[in-house]
Amino acid sequence: MIKFVLMVNQQGQTRLSRYYESVELSRRAALEADAVRCCLSRKKDQCSFVEFKDFKLVYRQYAALIIVVGVSDGENELSIYELIHNFVEVLDKHFSRVIMFNLDSIHIILDEMIQNGHIVETNKNRILAPLTAINKMAEG
Amino acid sequence: WVCHTPIRLRELIRTIRTARTQAEEREMIQKECAAIRSSFREEDNTYRCRNVAKLLYMHMLGYPAHFGQLECLKLIASQKFTDKRIGYLGAMLLLDERQDVHLLMTNCIKNDLNHSTQYVQGLALCTLGCMGSSEMCRDLAGEVEKLLKTSNSYLRKKAALCAVHVIRKVPELMEMFLPATKNLLSEKNHGVLHTSVVLLTEMCERSPDMLAHFRKLVPQLVRILKNLIMSGYSPEHDVSGISDPFLQVRILRLLRILGKGDDDSSEAMNDILAQVATNTETSKNVGNAILYETVLTIMDIKSESGLRVLAINILGRFLLNNDKNIRYVALTSLLKTVQTDHNAVQRHRSTIVDCLKDLDVSIKRRAMELSFALVNGNNIRGMMKELLYFLDSCDPEFKADCASGVFLAAEKYAPSKRWHIDTIMRVLTTAGSYVRDDSVPNLIQLITNSVEMHAYTVQRLYKALLDDISQQPLVQVASWCIGEYGDLLISGQCEEEEPIQVTEDEVLDVLEGLLVSNLSSPVTRGYSLTAIMKLSTRFSSVNRIKKVVSIYGSSIDVELQQRAVEYNGNDLLDLLGGNDVPVIPTTMPTKPASAGGELLDLLGDLSLGIPPMTAYNKNGLKIDFTFERANPNPNVAVITIHASNSTEADMTDFVFQAAVPKTFQLQLLSPSSNVVPALNQGTVTQVIRVLNQQKLRMRIKLTYIHKGSAVQDLAEVNNFPPQSWQ
Repeated sequence: MIKFVLMVNQQGQTRLSRYYESVELSRRAALEADAVRCCLSRKKDQCSFVEFKDFKLVYRQYAALIIVVGVSDGENELSIYELIHNFVEVLDKHFSRVIMFNLDSIHIILDEMIQNGHIVETNKNRILAPLTAINKMAEG
Repeated sequence: WVCHTPIRLRELIRTIRTARTQAEEREMIQKECAAIRSSFREEDNTYRCRNVAKLLYMHMLGYPAHFGQLECLKLIASQKFTDKRIGYLGAMLLLDERQDVHLLMTNCIKNDLNHSTQYVQGLALCTLGCMGSSEMCRDLAGEVEKLLKTSNSYLRKKAALCAVHVIRKVPELMEMFLPATKNLLSEKNHGVLHTSVVLLTEMCERSPDMLAHFRKLVPQLVRILKNLIMSGYSPEHDVSGISDPFLQVRILRLLRILGKGDDDSSEAMNDILAQVATNTETSKNVGNAILYETVLTIMDIKSESGLRVLAINILGRFLLNNDKNIRYVALTSLLKTVQTDHNAVQRHRSTIVDCLKDLDVSIKRRAMELSFALVNGNNIRGMMKELLYFLDSCDPEFKADCASGVFLAAEKYAPSKRWHIDTIMRVLTTAGSYVRDDSVPNLIQLITNSVEMHAYTVQRLYKALLDDISQQPLVQVASWCIGEYGDLLISGQCEEEEPIQVTEDEVLDVLEGLLVSNLSSPVTRGYSLTAIMKLSTRFSSVNRIKKVVSIYGSSIDVELQQRAVEYNGNDLLDLLGGNDVPVIPTTMPTKPASAGGELLDLLGDLSLGIPPMTAYNKNGLKIDFTFERANPNPNVAVITIHASNSTEADMTDFVFQAAVPKTFQLQLLSPSSNVVPALNQGTVTQVIRVLNQQKLRMRIKLTYIHKGSAVQDLAEVNNFPPQSWQ
């Protein structure tokens, strides 16, 4: 299962975090800092999967943003690697640019894709449909 | 006062981004928090949503947001959609079952599960499935079950995952969801299919009964998978030319669980697995993700051997892939199967060995582990060459494990004794500092048993010492070897290679060099000293050896001194002259007394009223004896010597030695120091334990350096008070 999803910038600052497994607030900052440091220190020719504490990290970089997903042992790393890309494509489709100001929308999208640490939906249109509908309702 | 509209979330984010320091950011946050708090206090409905959204952002940055928890509840209870969505999001981010507050949500969720708008129902399902407590789950399980049977696919897929959470929290409720699972797999909607497979997986993993029950679904799962592969291009589900790879992976995983240990199920899925394995496009990551899952499934179920070979070959191809992620995944899987499918994995040995040169640390580690698993009697020479090369160049974090692996493999498969010794030498010289401590005794044992290689081994180790004395395990093994076989070394009797010419003095130089070098650890020094002492029976330069040993008799290093005293005790009285037969002092490991006090505490009751005495007083050096009886053995007299110096120069390298008649037993512990300071500024103390039942007599020998010259004196001590031996 997926333990958490993080989006960080190159300076290691958290832009989005979502936990599917209970982690105490006080420990989150340290966990995020460690995980990010681990991923940022890796070179280009190293693989995108890192053993971290007693689980694994799958990470992918898109321009200035790095997405880090913590997964339990036994999760298909290649599949998660693909999932991250799927997520980014959905975000790309919805937001024209500069996504990080609409944090609440991103959460809604994430919720449509991953629930409880498992994948719910991967079809881009279906993921975005509720958000589009809710936004219409909000305006109306 | 000025009442302004609370700023929007995006404005807040923009503002925070401009902060140049942590302190600046904190200030901005605190200011905004204060504004939000007062807004909450005013029970402002209009902007509550906006304020909570901001609070969630600040929470994400690590700032406390608990004061917003109740506000989330108010938002959830509101009728506006925008309120509800932020309220539920807030609940998921800020609340968990440890806060009592969350129970207040139960009613709201119940209502919203039955809401007329599906998106609201979806929010409720999502939230319940995220952080619902056991009580909430118990209360609302019925609603979830109802929604699991609805025809609305949007709700059905969410209900399935919510059910997973309910089952985790309240396992007894699993039965309740069984009827609803009946036609989950007949759904066309992939979202529903996906989450249904997750639900079925969860149920199978939790209950062997459920697992047995759901085995009948295998044909249906196989059919779905087949349709996905054969269906051709479907824009709805396409990812890089493959139809819904995520669903394929999930189904493969469920098939793995159902097929494991079950012949019939395994057979039923055999064909589809072969089909997926051969037909999946491998040019992109998606295809490989599916192949990876397929391989894992094939290896876990009772597949026929042809299928297993197919799986391992896929992994072999993965190893050659340019994509490092794929190589990593391949090595991980091969490591899992190397025990069960050893021969098949052997075929890919050379590719695996190539991965030792990979730049990625995780890949290297796996390649190393796999390589060791693949070593056998046939490939040992070739494999060891590669592994030793790896040992030379790898990161320090690998060296200890690699060295241990090499030793183990060499022990099992060494083609000859000479090869074995050479291999060990190679490890000790290239990674000597990383070798584990327990290797040293093991290696010593090995060398001992290789009788015909003794001359060769000691020669090679000696030469290694000439080059480098920094690697402790190497030095220790070498010292031991020289101590044992030093006679072979100087006799120039090596058969395996050109014998070297070396004299006793040269050998002793090297060993003494180890004693004084600050590269040598205390353990190493112990080994060297022991070796030197052993050589006294093999070499003829006994005087030199004795000199070395007596120097170390006054060494600050307790261990060394212990050994030296042990050794010297043998002929102590010879040194002192006299007719008494020498006694071997027994040894007892203790800490040196700093000023005598510590040790006295250890030894029991303080003075039992035996008066002290002066044992020696000459040339400014005075030695007093004080007495106690040892506890619990009252026959042991514990004498503490106190040496003081009334001259105006220090007495350095001070050594006190004592000998007693053969009917006694004497034990000399370590002195507090070997410098007796001038002008009575301090004393050197040392403890003597004597087992005696008769009149005590003692001969003492003192040596020290005073004003540049060496002084030595012998004396008899006869004036022991009667109480000390009665």
